[in-house]
Amino acid sequence: MNIQLRDPKEIMRLSRLGSFHQSKLSFLRSFLDEFKNWEFKKDLFNLDENGYGEAVYSFKKKDRVYSLVCFANLISDEERSDRVIATKWDAAFTLYDGIPSKTDIERLKKEVPKQEIGRLSYKELTLSRANKSIRVFNHVVERLSKGLQPNLKLLSQVGYLYRTTAVYGSGKFGLADRFRIKNREEINGPFRLEMMLVYLVRQFTFDQVNHVAYHKDPKKSVKLDENICKNLGIGNSTGLGMAPFIVNHPTLLNNWIMSREIALQKIRQIKDVNDEDSNLFIECVTNSLTNITSWNTESEYQKNKTKSLLKDVKKFLDYTKNQFNFKTEYAFNEIYKWLEKETCDECIEYIVSIMMEPYDYITKPLVKLMSSDEEKYFDIPTHKKVDDLLKIIENEYSNILKIDFEKKENNQNFWFISKNKEEPRLADRYKENGSDLEQPLAIARDIKRLYKKLLTTKKSLSIAKFLSNNSELRHVVRRAFIIEKFPYSEIQDNTISKQTMPIDMLRLKLSFFGALKFDPRSDKWLRICMFQGAPLPQYLESYDEQWVYKVNI
Amino acid sequence: MRSLSEIETTVKRASRAAGYSWGISEDVGKSIRILELFGLPGVKNLNQYYKDKNFKKFENLNLISEENVSNTTPFCPIILGISFLDQVRAMKQIKKINFGVIAYPMIFLSFLSRASEIIGKKIYIKIDKNEFILNYNVNIFSNILDKNIILKEMNVEVEIIDNQDNFSDNEWKELYQLSENTFVEENESLKQGGAGAGLTDND
Repeated sequence: MNIQLRDPKEIMRLSRLGSFHQSKLSFLRSFLDEFKNWEFKKDLFNLDENGYGEAVYSFKKKDRVYSLVCFANLISDEERSDRVIATKWDAAFTLYDGIPSKTDIERLKKEVPKQEIGRLSYKELTLSRANKSIRVFNHVVERLSKGLQPNLKLLSQVGYLYRTTAVYGSGKFGLADRFRIKNREEINGPFRLEMMLVYLVRQFTFDQVNHVAYHKDPKKSVKLDENICKNLGIGNSTGLGMAPFIVNHPTLLNNWIMSREIALQKIRQIKDVNDEDSNLFIECVTNSLTNITSWNTESEYQKNKTKSLLKDVKKFLDYTKNQFNFKTEYAFNEIYKWLEKETCDECIEYIVSIMMEPYDYITKPLVKLMSSDEEKYFDIPTHKKVDDLLKIIENEYSNILKIDFEKKENNQNFWFISKNKEEPRLADRYKENGSDLEQPLAIARDIKRLYKKLLTTKKSLSIAKFLSNNSELRHVVRRAFIIEKFPYSEIQDNTISKQTMPIDMLRLKLSFFGALKFDPRSDKWLRICMFQGAPLPQYLESYDEQWVYKVNI
Repeated sequence: MRSLSEIETTVKRASRAAGYSWGISEDVGKSIRILELFGLPGVKNLNQYYKDKNFKKFENLNLISEENVSNTTPFCPIILGISFLDQVRAMKQIKKINFGVIAYPMIFLSFLSRASEIIGKKIYIKIDKNEFILNYNVNIFSNILDKNIILKEMNVEVEIIDNQDNFSDNEWKELYQLSENTFVEENESLKQGGAGAGLTDND
C-alpha cells in the first residue's frame, strides 16, 4: 500500500507541532541506546557534609572518555531563579572531553559556576546549571536521615530533585564548536552530549541527596531506594531562548520531523501486524495513562489539552478493545485514519509516538538521519529564475500567503534580543519600543513580502539580479530554496500573530529531546521532566526500552 | 578563545548593525567564520572596515564584469563579495577579472572561497604580493606557484600552534559592541512581559 507522507502544511502548523510527544526517535532515548555499553564511573565525589563541593562522573569506551564535572554551591532561596537573570545556582556542570586533570578542575571551578559570564575552552563540550526543588530535596534528606523513604505522593507531584535552567553547547561561551567532534560515531545524533550531561546530572542529584542525608545522621540514615531513583527524572525550565533555534535551523528541523513522518509512513504500510507488536503497542498506550494522570500543571491551557488527551486515549483504548481487530490488513493505517477522524491533535501525535515502540528496525536507521550538515544548503542557487521562486512559494507556502498582514492582529508581535540579558524576547509592536530592531523570525510575513515583490518582477530575471535590487529579502529567498528540498523545514504558521503561543515552539523542540509532563508557566516558558523512569547508569547495559511508559510513582 | 559559533553570531549581528540586510549579514557571518577557521584575520579586517565605514564612503558594485574600476572610492568588500557569490555561475566565460580598488580585500577573499565551492573550480587571487589559491572552500595560502619545483632533502620545521584568536580582545570588544546595536534596551514593561516568566522559582 502506498501511504503518502503527511502534508507539511498540516503538520507544521504551530498548534500541531505544539502537540508533539516524545518517542523512540527522541534524543534522550537514542542517547541511552548508544551509550548503554559504555563504562560508567563515579571518579570523584568531594562534597562537604552539606553537599557542597565537586564531583566527576564519566562514560568510557576504549580510548574515549566523557566526564561530567559538577560544582555544588550554597545559595539562598531568594537567589534561586529559573530565569536567565539568575547569577547563582545550586549546582553548575560541564561535560569535559576526556579525563579532567586537577588543573582543569581548578580552572573549571572558577568558570563553570559563572555560566554565561565565564569562559570555557574547546575541551568542554556542554555547560549547564540546575536548581533544587527545595521542598522535595529537603523532604528527601529529612526522611532518609531518619531511616525512612520519602513520601511518594510528594515526589510524584514534582518528579525530580533538581531542574536545569539552561543547557548550552555548540560553541557557546567558548565551548567546543560542533565541527571539532562531529565525526565521532557515538554522537551522530542531535544534542547527544547535552542529553549525556542531563543524564549524569540526574545521577549526581541522587548521590548528593544520599550524601547529605548520611551526614545528617550517619547511624540512622538509609539510601534513596533505587526504584524511587529510577522514577525520578531531571526537571528543566525553558524559556523563549529555544524558540528561534527551530527557525534558525531549517534543515535540522526538517530532518527531525521527516524522520518522524517516515517512521509513521512505514508503520502504516505494514500489511500484517503480528501479535507481539500489537500487544506491545497496546501495553504501552495502557501504561502511559499513568503519565497522563500524573501530569501536574496549573496552566488552564495545558489542563484542557491534557484533559482532552486523557479522554481521547481512553476512547482509543476502548475502540481497540471492542471494535478493532489487529488482524485487519494495514492495521496501523486503519488506526491512524480513525485517530484523525475521532480524536484531538494532542491524542493523534501521542499515539503516533507510541506506534513506533515495537519497530526498532524502522526507528534506529532514522535516528542517524536526524542531524544536518547545514552549511551544504546555505548558498542560494542564484542561477535560478524569479519564475522558479514564485512556483516554490505558491507550492510550499500556500497557507502563509492567505494571511493578511495588514491586519493588526497578524502583525502584533516582534521578536527581539534583550540588551540586558542577550536572550530572545517577544513583545507587542504597538505597545513597546524596539520593533525597529526586530529579529528575522517573522518568516511568514517576510515570505509574503517576497511573494508580492516577485509578482511585480519579470519572471525570466535571474535570482542573482533580483537579489542585487532586493537585498532586504535575501534571508527569505534562501529559506524558500531550502524548503524546496526540505518540505518540513518551515513552520507553516505566523510566529508574530496575537494568537501565537510561543510555548508551542518550545514544546516541539522539547518533545524531540524526550521531555515529559509539559507544564506551561505562561505562554512563554514552561517546565518539563526528562529521564523520569529511565534506567540508572549501573543498569544501562540491559534496560527495558519501554521504561518511559513504566513510571510508577 | 572565541569559538567559531560565537564569531559567526557576533559578525552577523554586527553586520546588521552596520546597515546590511539580515540576509547579507548571514552571509558575512559564514564568510568571516571561514577566514577564522583557516587562521586568517577575518574579525580584525571586518572590525576595521566597519570602523572606517562610519566616516568613509565605499562604492557598491552590483554587476561584475572583466574590468571593474571604482570611480572615486574603493569597492565595499561585502557587496562585492555577495555579488561575486551570486553571479559566479554566470561568469563561466570570464577567465580573469580585475578589480581596482577593493577596501579590505581579505573580507572579499572569504566570499571567493565559497564561490570556489559553488562552481567546483579553484580560484587564484593576488592581493598585492600575497597570492592565494582557493580550493573548493579549503583555503591554501602559498606564494610558490611553480608546479615544476621539486624540493629535495630540505630541513623542515613544524610548529603546532596553540589555540588562539587571530584578533585582539579590543578588536573583539569593538565588534561585539557594534553587534549590541541589534539588541533592544528593555524598559520595565518589556522586562516584565517579554520573557513571560516569574521572578523567583522556588518549588
